[in-house]
Amino acid sequence: MLAKFYQSLYRIRRVEEEIAKIYPSDKIKSPVHLSIGQEAVAVGVCEALRPSDVVFGFYRSHAFYLAKGGDLKKMMAELYGKATGCANGKGGSMHLVDVERGVMGTSAVVGTGIPQAVGYAYAVKLQRRDVIVTSVFGDGAVDEGAFHESLNFASLKKLPVIFICENNGYAINSRQLDRHPLPNIWERAQVYGIPAMRIEDNDLRQIYEAVRKAAEELRSERAGPRFFECITYRWKEHVGPGEDFGVYRPWSEAEPWIEGDQLKLLGNMLDPVERQGIEAEIEAEIHEAIEFAEESPFPDDGELFTDVYKER
Amino acid sequence: MDRIITYAEAIREASEQEMARDSSVVLFGQGAYNPKITYGTTGDLQRLFGSDRVFDTPLSEDGMTGIAIGASLAGLRPIHFHQRMDFLLLAMNQIVNIAAKSHYMYGGAVSIPIVIRAIIGRSWGQGAQHSQGLHSLFMHIPGLKVVSPTTPYDAKGCLIQSIRDDNPVIFVEHRMLHYIKGYVPESSYTVPFGKARVLAEGTDITLVGISYMAVECIRAQHQLAEVGISAEVVDPVSLSPLDIDSIVDSVRKTGRLLVVDSGWLMCGASAEIIAQVAARLQGERDIRVRRMGFEPVPCPTTKNLENLFYPNAQKVAGIAYGLVHKNDKSWMPAAKEAPELVEFRGPF
Repeated sequence: MLAKFYQSLYRIRRVEEEIAKIYPSDKIKSPVHLSIGQEAVAVGVCEALRPSDVVFGFYRSHAFYLAKGGDLKKMMAELYGKATGCANGKGGSMHLVDVERGVMGTSAVVGTGIPQAVGYAYAVKLQRRDVIVTSVFGDGAVDEGAFHESLNFASLKKLPVIFICENNGYAINSRQLDRHPLPNIWERAQVYGIPAMRIEDNDLRQIYEAVRKAAEELRSERAGPRFFECITYRWKEHVGPGEDFGVYRPWSEAEPWIEGDQLKLLGNMLDPVERQGIEAEIEAEIHEAIEFAEESPFPDDGELFTDVYKER
Repeated sequence: MDRIITYAEAIREASEQEMARDSSVVLFGQGAYNPKITYGTTGDLQRLFGSDRVFDTPLSEDGMTGIAIGASLAGLRPIHFHQRMDFLLLAMNQIVNIAAKSHYMYGGAVSIPIVIRAIIGRSWGQGAQHSQGLHSLFMHIPGLKVVSPTTPYDAKGCLIQSIRDDNPVIFVEHRMLHYIKGYVPESSYTVPFGKARVLAEGTDITLVGISYMAVECIRAQHQLAEVGISAEVVDPVSLSPLDIDSIVDSVRKTGRLLVVDSGWLMCGASAEIIAQVAARLQGERDIRVRRMGFEPVPCPTTKNLENLFYPNAQKVAGIAYGLVHKNDKSWMPAAKEAPELVEFRGPF
């Protein structure tokens, strides 16, 4: 698994570093919310799932899109606003989608994807399909009513859904403890009767093991849900390619997270030749994806009016 | 042999037939299993189809709308029932930001086949938060369809069409319409969206009645006939898409248009209809227009003020008479309360 973890982590990190590099050129004319620093959550969760399982993310979902197997070329083209993008250029970074790989469309309104994951889980339970649904959201989403309404219903109906709260400590610039009386997101899930735990330190292996075990239980018992609060840290600004230390959070706060970077830790455990091979392959893939995005056409003018309604 | 049933029975029958035909159809909402709360529109559906497909929900309009959307992404066709359209305000984020936009925003990769049944309307002191007709809020949003059938025939056909449609549909039911009786075929059929229905033909004035107001327009049409005015009554049936062609054709003939809405006027369905008709007929036909709807205040509960708040057949006839006779307000039929209003008792 080590090589697979590293491969996925490295791919996400490098894709986002390239996005940050391209961004000042204004070729990506819409907001990007980078996951750099948080990749371990996406990789740990998605490696524990099957390709047939589905994930509902949100506007900071490059990492989950890629970790779940989303098409990189289509993602880059989408960021460039090109017709070949995963949403034909109409969605951008915040609305990535790859239904075939189980990446359901991501929403830019905080917390709104959570009930959809629960509804999807209701359907697969009714249809007796062997599918686990994962709902990913940040600590800001916990503030929304939809979070509580969703947990309540998921527990009431014992739905096969795994909730993943990526707690990076901030909703944009607002600290968690300026918004919550207690640092106890996972305990909130428990009061709805949902088994829940907090996983500290952005620990990929712990996340992977916990989600793998939860998914197994959900499949065998046909019951759920489960809840994991994964403590992580965002290295970049809330939106955009830059950094924002000194504005609302000190650099010293980031230092231990950067020191404990999962990418670095796992990379050091790999055989150097194997690591080099993984990296070279990904660099080539990224190069190809950027070239694809650059060379793809913009949508035709007529595309403005397509797909407002689904016609049979 | 013609079969006469109520609007509520027509809705129940449409639901039953679609649920029997298609196992992906599910029905839920606060009190949705309870015929009393749903005015008889859900009857014994829970017994017939089980509590996994017909179920009560927590009081979570926002969350349950998102759950309906998510279920539709996985292949179900949910019908989400709301006792009052007022409660949809709690679900606007999911309806407007997600349901309406997903097909477009994700480049056609997904679709959201959900039906949101919303009951509107006057009756027995429902007051400011239990009676609003907010259909125009949803007409404003690309990606949503909005239908407001008036006859039992259209209620059944439109509901079946709504369930089979691959897009989110807001299905507007006026509480008073549930008691209206009419011819409804027993077999399954659909009524297409975007096709208005001429309920009565006439030559002097076009009355467009939305939802329950179409019933009041028909009553006004009878009263106007007694004073020599021939009114044509048009029921749009579907508000989005809107069949403006049929309304324009009628106004081209009559030269006069009165739109009567089950909602407020400002930025409402009546404003949209009149604007579109004016844009189409300007330079071609000299027309006179008026519109009626809720008075521009929250709805009061006390009976005498409630009567002033709503349009009714008499007021429609009087305004129509004035339009035809160049603002001569000398005539209005005697006030007579509609039988369904007289008979109705709450609390639901």
